[in-house]
Amino acid sequence: MACTHSLASGMGGVRTAGDLVARMEMSRSMKIEKAKEYVANKLKVSVHDLSDSTVMTRVREELGLGCVAQLPGRPKGIEAKFNIAKVLGIEINSVNKFKKKAGMFVPSTV
Amino acid sequence: MGKILQRFGDGYLHEMTDAELERDIEEGTKDAAKRAKVPPLSEDEIKHLFDIYSFPRRFVSVEPGNEVVLSHDGGTLKLNVGVSGGAGHGLDIGRRLCTEIYERLLGSDTMDFGHVDYSFKPAKNILADEQEDMEQTLLSTIIPIYYGAMPNLGAYTQPDGPFPNPMELLTEGKIEEAKAACEEIVEAATRDMVYIASGMYEAGADGVNFDTTGAFGDADFLAALQASEILRKKHPGIFIEMGMAGEFILGIHGGLTYDGVRLAGLYPHQQVKLAEKAGVNIFGPVVNTNTRRSCAWNMARVLTFVKPCVENAEIPVHPNMGMGVGGSPLTPIIAIDAVSRGSTAVVEIARADGL
Repeated sequence: MACTHSLASGMGGVRTAGDLVARMEMSRSMKIEKAKEYVANKLKVSVHDLSDSTVMTRVREELGLGCVAQLPGRPKGIEAKFNIAKVLGIEINSVNKFKKKAGMFVPSTV
Repeated sequence: MGKILQRFGDGYLHEMTDAELERDIEEGTKDAAKRAKVPPLSEDEIKHLFDIYSFPRRFVSVEPGNEVVLSHDGGTLKLNVGVSGGAGHGLDIGRRLCTEIYERLLGSDTMDFGHVDYSFKPAKNILADEQEDMEQTLLSTIIPIYYGAMPNLGAYTQPDGPFPNPMELLTEGKIEEAKAACEEIVEAATRDMVYIASGMYEAGADGVNFDTTGAFGDADFLAALQASEILRKKHPGIFIEMGMAGEFILGIHGGLTYDGVRLAGLYPHQQVKLAEKAGVNIFGPVVNTNTRRSCAWNMARVLTFVKPCVENAEIPVHPNMGMGVGGSPLTPIIAIDAVSRGSTAVVEIARADGL
């Protein structure tokens, strides 16, 4: 069922920019159109590109945002989330927790 | 007049004429409009819905550019054991691998991570285990992950819980005792939800999903609203999703209020405003499926309830679209013709922000 929804109306997660748009709905309560515009501006792509896996795989690789393929030497997992937080200009809880545990700089809100 | 196969709420296909399909859609929207006192679908919206349900292909999808993001309930549990032993795929894998599969194989935008019972109360004793599993999963994944569970206030009633069962008290005519039990259960459930959600947020989770809110009527809804309000103050950055149990808040207590609004009897377009006040980020309205009517009739009701909810909301709205809700048949494995049509209709006609 989840797969059918994903194919029928979903953005596609890390295949495209689905997780990034989701983060803006989740962190800033942005409605879908505003969330897409925000992410498109930050990535310097068109809103239409956000759901295009060809364009977004290249963009994600260039910006180190992680993607479906686990390429050697490229950011994965929490490493990619460090870059996502920076590119989108948002706080990601698990990234802040990582910084705190590793003795790195942590925003005062954590 | 040509006949077309239409999926019904019980999951089976039945032949219908074009006229019968159109009549079903009109009856569905009128039914919902009357109940919630909201406008029925317009002629253009009815035509759009008719086109989606009469399209003679197995699979229907949104037009490019109309894609939305998907949130989950139960999420990882559906690949291994299922929720309380139901609907699991039986894979011998943990939630971390489940999340990685959803992320890299199934194109999920987000993931819900919950205890096998999928209720807050039983998770209390194993919070440390839940936190450890969440921490490991967050290291190896990219998509947002939130802890999901149901308020499930029924779990607080005797013999499973400490409080008298308001349902039983009501049948005995003990109205005041039933109300008092409801109020005590709300207090205990609110405390548990805040405890678990705080613990998982402190473990690094993006937030929490209060799933199937309202299953125990107005008491359930009040507990989730209060927990959301407390969590928003305690952790300003926490993500909170609230998914509902049905289109209508049952008055188990009958007199409970939040922010001066009586909860019993509220429909989705009214529920969402209270969720916003409580600090919820994403609201998930639910419309239950009538198994004896066509999916098109059910979807006409869904759209009529959900469209004013989306229009009335300042936060994103993700209607629940699983088995037995959101115009989907009440079957464990839902036919793709039904899922894809419902998915398309709720995004393109109700303008949902996600599912």
